[in-house]
Amino acid sequence: MSIEIRNVTKRFGTFTAVDDVSLEIPQGSLTAILGPSGSGKSTLLRIVAGLERPDSGEIRLAGEDATRLAPQRRDVGFVFQHYAAFKHMTVRDNVGFALSIRKRPKKEIRERVDELLALVQLQGFADRYPSKLSGGQRQRMALARALAAKPQVLLLDEPFGALDARVRAELRDWLRRLHEEVHVTTVFVTHDQEEAMEVSDRVAVLNQGHLEQVGSPADLYDRPASEFVLRFLGDAFRLGDQFVRPHEIVLDRLPRDGAIEVEIERIVVVGADVRVELVDGNGRRMTARLRRDDVDELELVRGEIVWAAAEQHHRLHGELSADDLEASQALG
Amino acid sequence: MLSRLGLRAVALGYLLVVLLAPLAMVFYRTFESGLEPVWQTLSDPGTIHAFKVTLIATAIAVPLNTVFGILCGLAIVRRRFRGKGLLNAFIDLPLAVSPVVIGLALYLLYGRTGWFGSWLSTHGFQVLFAMPAIVLATIFVSVPFVAREVIPTLRELGNEQEQAAATLGATRWQRFWRITLPSIRWAVIYGVVLTTARCLGEYGAVAIVSGRIVDKTETATTLVEDLTLDFNTAGAYAVSLVLATIAVLVLVAMTLIRPREGRA
Repeated sequence: MSIEIRNVTKRFGTFTAVDDVSLEIPQGSLTAILGPSGSGKSTLLRIVAGLERPDSGEIRLAGEDATRLAPQRRDVGFVFQHYAAFKHMTVRDNVGFALSIRKRPKKEIRERVDELLALVQLQGFADRYPSKLSGGQRQRMALARALAAKPQVLLLDEPFGALDARVRAELRDWLRRLHEEVHVTTVFVTHDQEEAMEVSDRVAVLNQGHLEQVGSPADLYDRPASEFVLRFLGDAFRLGDQFVRPHEIVLDRLPRDGAIEVEIERIVVVGADVRVELVDGNGRRMTARLRRDDVDELELVRGEIVWAAAEQHHRLHGELSADDLEASQALG
Repeated sequence: MLSRLGLRAVALGYLLVVLLAPLAMVFYRTFESGLEPVWQTLSDPGTIHAFKVTLIATAIAVPLNTVFGILCGLAIVRRRFRGKGLLNAFIDLPLAVSPVVIGLALYLLYGRTGWFGSWLSTHGFQVLFAMPAIVLATIFVSVPFVAREVIPTLRELGNEQEQAAATLGATRWQRFWRITLPSIRWAVIYGVVLTTARCLGEYGAVAIVSGRIVDKTETATTLVEDLTLDFNTAGAYAVSLVLATIAVLVLVAMTLIRPREGRA
């Protein structure tokens, strides 16, 4: 089922959580909504699920207007950050809930639950209560529960946010594989750019309720439409009037076109790479990431003055205006 | 260590003097002159009728206040509406106001010259000095208990589980029966136990509006006073003993329920 978000705005009191956002999510895709906390990404997802009602705008599911449709009639699966496990039910009853609501025969429910528990690797846990599961297990149970009634859309609200790093990485891979198997249109919300880039095939970046850019992870990284996207997807520095990523800075002892003078503040060896911390004449700091060989060859020393240039730089998609430039310079 | 022992001694001593000693006294006095007068009073049709009146009033008040308490709790915790704070405060009114005042208010309202009373009596309804007044008084004094137990539990529960149920296809009704109610069940049960205890023990308001007509509107608690005034102390103690026994049973039920709260 495709999802269309058309000019959706949602306010809480005087705070505008989602500001005129339009976004199309094609059938079968795995899309990430990425943004810092307070950017309105969760609110947008909850509007798609019907858990919030937009103040204006429209939600279309499979081409049909669903703006005023109750959540139970939208055919979506929703996974909450804090699992929302039904604490008074066993894992089996949790996972089978959607089917028992639909009054399916007991035998069918049993079989479907067993199948789903196998899918999320919780076979031995059917008769436990959620309180006896770990965070990762609870979230897998919540995923199985959301998939039980074969929803047309799977929505995940910071699904791995409450888990520790190792479990999070595991579940990311698992979600990716699941999507390849099941092919249900999936949207997940995250504030972690690495997670968004790794798991999804499309990323929508949200900032202060505005949609900044939509595209493939590579698109966003290489051709950011705004300084916000550029900075949010990874370290970026101003070099003269250009933006550069740390691995795109080249250092040299001789000046060349577009190069500026910088002082080496610190040299840190990180495995095969070297992080060189620099400061330019205006006191602006930046970090270059160089290969160890290059640093050895140049014989860089702390306190030296060298020339920094961009190997490849980012012309912003929408091209910055003079005002933007001044504003970003003021920010440092 | 010493201070902890001291604190414990004070707490237990206080309970002993204020609660347990009078209760023990009732037990002792009841059986002081043998079982005969006890049995005589308890098997008296007037006594049986009085208990019946008390039980009927309780049987009506408890379910009504349970439903009201749950609805009220849901409204206060989940909804935004004007006058919410007022509703929240009004629930506690019966705890703040003396039952005698409540009785008097009902008396003025439903008496022959009262707002409702004059209308009702011209249409042939007898409220005051009859069963309806006793039921009304009992309902009034036992309003807060279920709501007061349910509200904090609902707050703690949040509504995420219900939202999850909604996305899984559950209607509002199914969400209530399958998610909300099972999640707050111990709070409801605890509230029901407290409400029942309060209904059985109600005296002040009922004493004013019931008229205390023997075999008609006499309740167990007003009977105790009447028996005392009749110098039938053994009888009064016997009825008190039954009321006290019920109270103790309620207490036992409560302690059995309490540890399970954490388990759900």
